Amino acid sequence: MIRIGVIALQGNIEEHVQAAERALAERGGGEVIQIKHSGIIPGCDAIIIPGGESTTVGRLMEREGITPEIKAAAKHTPILGTCAGLILLAKHGDEQIERTKQPLLKLMDIHVKRNAFGRQRESFEALLDIPVLGGEPFPAVFIRAPAITHAEKDVQILASLGEYIVAARQKNLLALAFHPELTDDMRFHHYFLDMI
Amino acid sequence: MIVSFISTVLKKGMTMKLESLRHGTALLKRGLAKMQKGGVIMDVTNADQARIAEEAGAVAVMALHAVPADIRKSGGVARMADPLIISEIMDAVTIPVMAKVRIGHFVEAQILEALGVDMIDESEVLTPADEKSHIDKVGFTVPFVCGARDLGEALRRINEGAAMIRTKGEAGTGDIKEAVRHMKQIMGSIRELKGMNDEELMKVSRKLGAPFELVKETAEMQRLPVVNFAAGGIATPADAALMMRLGADGVFVGSGIFKAEFPEKMAKAIVEAVNNYDKPEVLAEISKGLGGQMKGLDIHVLSEDEMLQTRGW
Repeated sequence: MIRIGVIALQGNIEEHVQAAERALAERGGGEVIQIKHSGIIPGCDAIIIPGGESTTVGRLMEREGITPEIKAAAKHTPILGTCAGLILLAKHGDEQIERTKQPLLKLMDIHVKRNAFGRQRESFEALLDIPVLGGEPFPAVFIRAPAITHAEKDVQILASLGEYIVAARQKNLLALAFHPELTDDMRFHHYFLDMI
Repeated sequence: MIVSFISTVLKKGMTMKLESLRHGTALLKRGLAKMQKGGVIMDVTNADQARIAEEAGAVAVMALHAVPADIRKSGGVARMADPLIISEIMDAVTIPVMAKVRIGHFVEAQILEALGVDMIDESEVLTPADEKSHIDKVGFTVPFVCGARDLGEALRRINEGAAMIRTKGEAGTGDIKEAVRHMKQIMGSIRELKGMNDEELMKVSRKLGAPFELVKETAEMQRLPVVNFAAGGIATPADAALMMRLGADGVFVGSGIFKAEFPEKMAKAIVEAVNNYDKPEVLAEISKGLGGQMKGLDIHVLSEDEMLQTRGW
């Protein structure tokens, strides 16, 4: 049975758990578990890092001893990072990330910018063209969202918005600047589960 | 202004139409509150305190001119903080910055929205500007959080457009009992809705003075339709953990941090307590040697006039 682990330290964990359960139910079942401490990650077939405040999530992952386990799992296990999760997956941060000494997992060859589109007032919903999901545009919810400003050659760009990359994949790692768990469109979840 | 900002962002290789970007939707406003879940939002009065809060792991800061304990002491009319101080706080940290406006004072709210504050707290801690109406929050792009003592009050605020609810508690006292009362009141009322048919829900809706659709949604979800934090009297890691045990999605800490002897330590400890609220052994470790706590005020010594929670309805 497929087991998806959701990092459950801070952020919109409940929504991710429900979305993952729904996606699994649509394709023959599996279970979703919440990861609050070390020791659980090695038994997961896929891992989701939810949105939240990346500084808080990053620090709590270190304190709970989850950081080294994710790094080890990243060699083979599919990992999805949304919003704050995208920031944590990156190898290179911007000056905001430097200044706040935010701990990153440093797994993907991407350069990220926090709050790339501005503050909450500038948060937006948009329909994105994402070729790997088929013809229908994808409803994307950007909340104080980060963006990828530069991706190195091993990174596959899945979606862009103007000069920013907002969805990218590097082997078994998937980074999204927006929140597929807040909408009813499950295509990104299925794309992710296909990576297992 | 927003459109020009986004068009700058999109100037190169634009693949979508500007009018297809939607701002200020309920999904975006409630979504921001969801990202705060499991976190601690800390009251700060200047940029230095904001940096301490961010460093300790706060998910957001609440900018105000004085912490509630000092507002209580100084008396007089309490208003929105100086926009200069709020701007300095916004420049100092990368986490969301919230700020308070007086109940019903929609112009203070417009000012905060123009400033770019991430969330507005229409708060009983400040002196109400309108004794009949709360702000019509639906038309704002920026989300609002509002205080509530019971389910009816919470649903009325949500109906006006609040994207997040917090218990009122009794701010600035360091006395947790009112926050406990309000959280239990809300959670208990939600449990009572379980299994009711439409006719019964209609009765409850009339009794609560809240719209039927929201009562029904709450009954089905078995929780408030928006994120629900605890606030008003949280002074220690144990207080924060208690509120999480009672079902809070997260906590606001006002005077409890910067009125403590060692604010950095207290701030970190409360963040860890919210993350480990159901592990007494961990809480015991976290609570060791934190130094002097905010002195506090037993709410029984307060007269009805001195209570902040009775502001708003």
